[in-house]
Amino acid sequence: MLQCHVKGCNSNNFPLQLSDVEIEIQETDFNPKFLRNMLSKLEWNALVKTALEINITTLPNVLPNDLDEEFLKMLHRVLLETHIKQGQMICPNCNHTYPIKDGIPNMLLSETET
Amino acid sequence: MRLKNLESELQVVAGFDKPKIQLEQYCTTPHLAARMLYTAHTVYDDIESKVIADLGCGCGILSIAANLLDSNYNLALDIDNDALQIAKENCSEFEVDVEFILADLISTSTDHLQNKVDTIVMNPPFGTKNNEGIDIIFLKKAIEIATTSVYSLHKSSTREYIREKAKNWGVECEVLAEMKFDIPMMYKIHKKKSVDIEVDFIRFAKKSF
Repeated sequence: MLQCHVKGCNSNNFPLQLSDVEIEIQETDFNPKFLRNMLSKLEWNALVKTALEINITTLPNVLPNDLDEEFLKMLHRVLLETHIKQGQMICPNCNHTYPIKDGIPNMLLSETET
Repeated sequence: MRLKNLESELQVVAGFDKPKIQLEQYCTTPHLAARMLYTAHTVYDDIESKVIADLGCGCGILSIAANLLDSNYNLALDIDNDALQIAKENCSEFEVDVEFILADLISTSTDHLQNKVDTIVMNPPFGTKNNEGIDIIFLKKAIEIATTSVYSLHKSSTREYIREKAKNWGVECEVLAEMKFDIPMMYKIHKKKSVDIEVDFIRFAKKSF
């Protein structure tokens, strides 16, 4: 959901590429109704691309029409239970690096970059 | 959950260690936070199973309250890493899950957040001291992002101005309550022990809903 906002970097700046990430899985309650709602809001291609960068290969390239329980459970794992503890997000256009520390992405820029 | 239970649960949320005056850091009181979320939940059904965001989350009390009322996904932004660390502590005390982002709302692009967040609940800086206009910047961003509604606190003295802005942006604006924000003496410039500020609790609704 985050994009690069370095001044002058206006195209090809989403999604940010993940690198050197440390992943943590935290289990949470499964809510199929919420997931169905969320699906209509997701940018599926961006999600698949990002997931592949952290070696999650369970997402199909094209969103299936039939949203069975198995699919929703898998989505639940990726969207709600997979947390990035540490790592970096790199802008595919200008290569600006945003660090992720203790699970919090840092989108702040220095004064010369804004 | 009943209102008084919500308020009493929120009593243990930790406030700022070293509040930063330039960021207008005042923790929303449990009294106000409970009323905001309880109203959004029981009157408008804008919390349960929804995606909620808090802009300028500070210690995270609004996100925690949303979680206690069964929001499904919480996003919280703040410009101050120290505040986010306290908020994170608070969330782990409550065993609630909130995604935090360290970001400057003024410079960060929020285009990709649009359509993903149902409801925004926030207590933005009031835009006093050297921050004139920041309350409106927060509000405008929030209205751009939220799909359904925005709940926010604003100084009662700015009511007409806010109404005018809402009209220009094409959103409904309803003052739900006039409340007192009891700000304890935290900064050297404060002369009194605590000061009550009159604030409006306002709901902004997108008209298509």
